[in-house]
Order: sequence, then C-alpha cells, then structure tokens
Amino acid sequence: MSDAHFTYVLRLGDNALVLGQRLSEWCGHSPFLEEDIAMANTALDLIGRARMLYSHAGRLEGRGRDEDALAYLRDEREFGNFLMCELPNGDYGFTLVRQYLLDVYHRHLYAALTESRDDELAAIAAKAVKEAAYHARRSGDWVLRLGDGTAESNARCQAALDELWGYTAELFTPDAVDSAMLEAGVAPDLATLRTRWEADVLARLAEAGLTVPADDWQAEGGRAGRHTEHMGRLLAELQFVQRAYPGQQW
Amino acid sequence: MSVAVACVAGVRAALEAVRDPEIPILTIADLGILREVRVEDGRVHVVITPTYSGCPAMHAIEGDVRATLAAAGYADVVVETRLAPAWTTDWLTPAARRKLLEVGIAPPVEASSDKNVLRLHGAAVACPRCRSSDTELVSEFGSTACKALYRCRACLEPFDYFKCL
Repeated sequence: MSDAHFTYVLRLGDNALVLGQRLSEWCGHSPFLEEDIAMANTALDLIGRARMLYSHAGRLEGRGRDEDALAYLRDEREFGNFLMCELPNGDYGFTLVRQYLLDVYHRHLYAALTESRDDELAAIAAKAVKEAAYHARRSGDWVLRLGDGTAESNARCQAALDELWGYTAELFTPDAVDSAMLEAGVAPDLATLRTRWEADVLARLAEAGLTVPADDWQAEGGRAGRHTEHMGRLLAELQFVQRAYPGQQW
Repeated sequence: MSVAVACVAGVRAALEAVRDPEIPILTIADLGILREVRVEDGRVHVVITPTYSGCPAMHAIEGDVRATLAAAGYADVVVETRLAPAWTTDWLTPAARRKLLEVGIAPPVEASSDKNVLRLHGAAVACPRCRSSDTELVSEFGSTACKALYRCRACLEPFDYFKCL
C-alpha cells in the first residue's frame, strides 16, 4: 500500500461525503414532497458510498482510523474533495445543475473503477455505478425540464452553469496521486473520462437550451486541501457532535 | 445429514423470521439480501449484502439477524457484509414479486443487467391495482430508496414501484 493509494480512496470518500452533506441540507426544504424524498435518498446513497470508501481507506492506511475518524476528526486542509461539492446549494436549479455535472462524472468514473486492480474498490464501484446512473437520470431529467422550461427557470439554470463551469476543470486535472494510481492500474485515465463526460453533458445542455460557458476561468485546489470559505462552515456543522462530545455514540 | 448441514438448514429456517424493516412482507431471503449461511468449527457465518449503499435498513437487519439467531439458540454467530457481486433486483425471488403485488407495490419489470440500468428509460410499469400499463413516473424516489413513485392514469391511484437496479 502506498500513501497515494490511501489518498486516492480517501478523496473519493470526501467527494461523496461533502456532496451528500450538502444535499441533506435540502431535507425538509425542497420545493415539494417527492423532491424532498428524492434529495434525501440521493444524499443517503452518497453518504453510504462515503462510508464504504472511508472504511476501505482506513484499512489501506493501517493506522486504525475507521470511517468515523476519517469523517469527523480531520480538519479542513485534510479534506481532498472537489471545490464544486462544497459550494452552498444556492437555488434548486443550482443544486441540480451541480448534481448533474457530478452525477455524470461519477457514473463514468465508477464504471471505469469496476475494472480497478484494487478489488475492494472495484466492488464498491460496482455498487456505486448503478446508483450514480440512477442519480444522473434524475438530475439530467431536471436539467432538461428546467433548462427547457420557462424563461425564469432557464435563466436560473444558465446562471448556475456559468458559476459552476470554472469548477469542472478540477475534475479532470490529474495530480501526482492520480498519475501514480493510473500507473498502478487502480484509477482510470482522466482524459478518457473527460471525453465521455463531455459527450453526455454537452448533448444534454444543448437539448436543454443551455449555453456552454467560455473556459475563461478555473478554480482548483480542493484536492490539495485548499478550499473555499464555505468548507469550514460545512465541516463545523458536520463534525459538531464529535468535536463537542468526543467519542459519543448513540 | 451431517450436523453442519442440519445446522445450516436450521439457521435458514430461523432467518425466515427476519424481515426487511421497511417492507416487512419480505424476508431477507426473499430480497436476495441473505447471500450465504455456512457453519465452520461450530461458528455460524451469515453473509448479507446491502441493497443500496445508503440503505438505512442494513444495520437494523444485521441486528435482527443476531437477535433472531441468539433467540433460536445459536450462540456463536458472525454476520459478514459482502459487496461483490453487487445486489440486483434480479435476486428477488418469485415469491417476493408475488408478495409485492399483493400489497400494491409493482415489482421490477425487467431483468436489470447493468446495461439495462444504464438505459435512459425502462419498460412500462403496470399498475398493481388495475393492471393498466397506462402509468406515469411521478418521482424517481418513492417511500424508500429502492422504490419510485408512479401514478396510474387509468384508475388514478398513485403506487410504489420497486425499481430495477
């Protein structure tokens, strides 16, 4: 086991946990009951995925840290999620456009990871890919419905896309960890992933009457632990109980 | 019959009492959650698999397995969770599909090989009450993670659909 292997699996867990935490904030606040349930269920899938990945990461690390230690007892700079996951939910259009961009990413990522040389990761991926495909179907339906809906819903989705687009570069920029894991046959090639992601996303955006923004800015750094100002608040809420009452169980 | 084989049969019989907490008409064997029972050196191993990554029933099921077997006199029990191969609705038994229909939940309509799941939209779902196939999807998620919410355009009733995965 290498540090890169641990870090790779840990970061996958961070993306799932942080996005799941954001989605869970909609619980009780979604526009209508069915969506409230859908949002909470998607959050549950993501948090379940994070638990499996953290447990695996903890075993790879071999220092006795379990899923709870990795979720609740690390500081902001130790989290390696994409910045996009931690951004505040915004309006429903923003949440769903972000969800769609990440659902399609995860669908192709986990499909590729079913071939990983890391058997445990491949097993987790085989579960995750089915759920990610289902999530992408739902969020993709909403992007179409809202993008191709009223002038208001279209404008809001376009504004969300304009704000989010600069965060997508990070999804496909390999760092030393990604390169080492690609070399080891653990992780897929991000360039191939990008081609697949773009094929789906660009077609759906066109269908929804949304314009792909210019690539004139990019925000990166999440995977190196350099987060937006929103991450600290998210963790403060997520980790509050374990920080205030260490080791508490119920 | 060897002692071990008799024991496995006994454990399986006892586990018939373990139901899905969210769909209590189904046993964990009906759902395909119960993957394996084996006895090694007097210790009972029960292998279960999660339906969904975030299924909140998994912990309850694990606890129920332990409690049920303890009550049936099996002292040394290990409950293992196995991820691969990933659970699929293809593992629902014919009895499970019949029971679902009886309580007004439409069973999964198609074999859900991975390709099918990745398809955009599946086959029509028949209404469990009036059997009409003139139905529409209301929400991809219903009363639990494993169900979607549909509405029948013929009898106008909403119903849960146990979706393919």
